[in-house]
Amino acid sequence: MQFLLTLSDFIIPVTVLFIVVFGCLKRVDIYETFLEGAKEGLQTVIDILPTLIGLIMAVEVVRAGGLLDIMTDILRPAAEKIGFPAELAPLSLVRLVSSSAATGLLTDIFANFGPDSFLGRTASVMMSCTETVFYTMSLYFLSVGVRKTRYTLPCALLANIVGVFAAVWLVAAVFGN
Amino acid sequence: MLNGIWGFFVIGGIITGAFLGRMDLVTRSVITGGKSALELAFTMAGVVAVWSGILKIAERGGMIDSLAEKLTPLMDFLFPSVPRGHRARQYIAANFAANFLGLGWAATPAGLMAMKELQKLNRDKGRATGAMCMFLTVNMSSLQLVTVNILAYRSEYGSAAPAEIVGIGIAATLVTTLVGVAAAKILEGRA
Repeated sequence: MQFLLTLSDFIIPVTVLFIVVFGCLKRVDIYETFLEGAKEGLQTVIDILPTLIGLIMAVEVVRAGGLLDIMTDILRPAAEKIGFPAELAPLSLVRLVSSSAATGLLTDIFANFGPDSFLGRTASVMMSCTETVFYTMSLYFLSVGVRKTRYTLPCALLANIVGVFAAVWLVAAVFGN
Repeated sequence: MLNGIWGFFVIGGIITGAFLGRMDLVTRSVITGGKSALELAFTMAGVVAVWSGILKIAERGGMIDSLAEKLTPLMDFLFPSVPRGHRARQYIAANFAANFLGLGWAATPAGLMAMKELQKLNRDKGRATGAMCMFLTVNMSSLQLVTVNILAYRSEYGSAAPAEIVGIGIAATLVTTLVGVAAAKILEGRA
């Protein structure tokens, strides 16, 4: 564990160091090039700002209105019927929409059941193998003005659903229920 | 599709809010939604600018070229419609590498630039290409080695072994990525 946490402290500085040293060796004008890239980066953020505002506003409205609660209430019995832990149903749904809300649910599960319980471990794995699909899709597609997203959503949703079930099965197989 | 989801969120959120007597919360969310987005963008702008700068150095030094070249077999399989040596391949390679290492913030600028390059290859600008669908599917199947913040939360809540889930997390991510890629390949063939 300590090793992984130390590693995570190193990874960003070492990546930066590696690239800058590499740039020096290749005789790149490192600072000027950095500034050029930074300017492009700022422009990118300005370009995606309207998308971000629309997205976050919609996500906050849907959370405030309680629609997600209703949807998880509908999902809960269905989840139980197929042997999926009902306590994890809200997390699997919310994770698709909002990363910060999902983190809140994750820490609730840790607080109520403990991080080393079956639910705690499964929730941890679920968080690592799923993604905020709606956010990512809107951001990337709208940044280039693509409206017809074709089969991206079904593929991403399928991958996420499989991930949720894989998390339950793998944790049960490795640690038991 | 995105119009439908956005509309569903806004309309569904307000209507359920009315029925559940949560209109005060909905009101607040409408007012503060834009503000939270701006706050996020403010934080994001700094980080994205830094990583875009670093990325530019890597690009100018030819580092991303050679990364993309090493990934040629993978790229040929995933993105056969993107020619070898095209800039889209380089940004995709950079995005995958950053995601894989868990540098989420560094992945975003590379990913957005990859989309820009993929759009240049697109004949029907309003419609996603197969390469775009594949790129985002892989991206959203969350290919990541270690999710550091999850480990941090586990340890904060008193886990005896916070990192015990890392192996399973990688296995699960591998499953989701493979399923996503397989689905995208099958659907691309049918379209």
